[in-house]
Amino acid sequence: MMQTTAVVIGAGHAGLAMSRRLTERSIDHVVLERGEVANSWRTQRWPSLRLLTPNWQTRLPGQRYAGEDPDGYMAVADVVTTITRYAGHIGAPVRTATTVHAVRAAPRGFEIRAADEVLCARTVVLATGAANLAATPRVADDVPAPVSSLTPLAYRDPSQLPDGGVLVVGASATGVQLAGEIHRSGHPVTLAVGEHVRLPRTYRGRDIFWWLEATGLLAERYDEIDDLTRARHLPSPQLTGTHEAAMTDLNSLTAQGVRIVGRLGRIIDGLAQFSGSLPNTCALADLKMNRFLNRADEWATTAGLDGELPPPHRFAPTYVDPRTPLELDLTSGEITTVLWATGFRPDHTWLDIPVRDRTGRIRHDGGVVTDAPGLYVLGLPVLRTRASTYIHGAVTDSQAVASHLHTHLGSRRQ
Amino acid sequence: MTITDRPIDNGVNVQALLDAREALSAAPEAADFTWRASCTWRSGTHSRSTVSGFTGLGTEQEHRTTYEFDVDHPECFASEDNGATPVEYVLVGLAGCLTAGVASVAQLRDIQLRSVTATIEGQMNILGILGADPDVRNGFDAITVRFLIDADASREDIEALVAQSQKRSAVYDVVTNPTKVLVEVA
Repeated sequence: MMQTTAVVIGAGHAGLAMSRRLTERSIDHVVLERGEVANSWRTQRWPSLRLLTPNWQTRLPGQRYAGEDPDGYMAVADVVTTITRYAGHIGAPVRTATTVHAVRAAPRGFEIRAADEVLCARTVVLATGAANLAATPRVADDVPAPVSSLTPLAYRDPSQLPDGGVLVVGASATGVQLAGEIHRSGHPVTLAVGEHVRLPRTYRGRDIFWWLEATGLLAERYDEIDDLTRARHLPSPQLTGTHEAAMTDLNSLTAQGVRIVGRLGRIIDGLAQFSGSLPNTCALADLKMNRFLNRADEWATTAGLDGELPPPHRFAPTYVDPRTPLELDLTSGEITTVLWATGFRPDHTWLDIPVRDRTGRIRHDGGVVTDAPGLYVLGLPVLRTRASTYIHGAVTDSQAVASHLHTHLGSRRQ
Repeated sequence: MTITDRPIDNGVNVQALLDAREALSAAPEAADFTWRASCTWRSGTHSRSTVSGFTGLGTEQEHRTTYEFDVDHPECFASEDNGATPVEYVLVGLAGCLTAGVASVAQLRDIQLRSVTATIEGQMNILGILGADPDVRNGFDAITVRFLIDADASREDIEALVAQSQKRSAVYDVVTNPTKVLVEVA
């Protein structure tokens, strides 16, 4: 049985950032990875996907973007390269092709069953990602037989879809990106829209992520956010990593010919029924966007940047067609595929320690699993700040978690 | 920013709501509620519904008193008009729910309300319920709610108030989303 002080599970950006922090503190550890470094990016992302965050923001502990296109957005292949290079650069002790089957409490820490061996560690850091499983709603079971169902984890490009129309369910970044791509490929798309987050790609000449960072929004701490549950479940903003369009919002999809309908409520006898709440859902998103733009403008004035930046402006409200249908017959042959862009969730089912709530999510306090001292989690949305949702959030998150872990080791020694 | 001696008071006990939210998150079974009404036929299209008890917080609950509602059709339907029509009760429910939401959200956001009036209209072509045109649905084609709100807040804040009240409204959800309905004969 191998003994080590810390086991990090997952060699993505979060696990590697943690490895670097542990190395800085001379804490011996191993990083277990089910596949290769950056496995999810290699195997579970569609190739046209680009990061929502600009390159200059894609930072990791001890590493900043040094390429020639700081304002660009990394494609999946670039993300794989960046994370793989980082693993080499920091000399992370990664064991690839080592799937963890179970983690249990042990007398002096934890027992980790991985591949065909058992490891013992005083501390464990879960960094297996936030998007291992597609979170599909129960209504997905009621899609009539001839219509195929697909999740973004299995989606690669429109050529894999059968001829015919596609119902995309969900209007997060994933939903709007795939709705646009699929519609442009010649499959007529209907997009079912529930609660969503509308933001422009750029505002007053700067990337929206520049504004989110500059105004301090991304730095808001988990223990200062009014409604943390809501913040952690917020859909990703309707953005695409491209400079080609100012907006990839519902208005831009409507202009392309995508049919926008309300939230998918149920499918009964093959008939999909959509919510009549679409106007309010869109009004809420417009109001929320404008609240942030107001905050951005106020911040710019306070920071004395009004002379340097283009003047403030507002975007047209989201157009909702008064003839928006409330029903769609999935048996008519018009729709041949339903794509469930209804979010993702982590997979921690192999964790054999009672630290999960009734929805299966790990209870933690900013990454510290307080019910199991020595256990930590990283790489989840709004884990410690709003930036935790994005790659660069791992810079400060790994620092805080490593610091807590270090203290925990010290307290156990006494 | 204005400084006032009087605290914001819309008559909503927000602290109780926030406490309930916290307590019920810890004990989700207590959050299961069952709302009930019973309806007795009088004559013709006239019926009387009563509402008194409901289940929630893990136990049987009682209203302060039993409420009665006469339901009928109007005289132009050749009825006696002993009460509001069922569809008007739906409008009453929606307007009441949204208005309660406006007051609660305003309290939570420290907005003093001076007056709130909602006018609500539901458009319907009755060829549907008469069975005269299979292409016309029985229910409303559309519902329009118009809020007139006098409050210490900007127009944008008031719009946000109204949007949030829809987001958190039970009746708005019932009306805009499909609901499973099971009708049995005892």
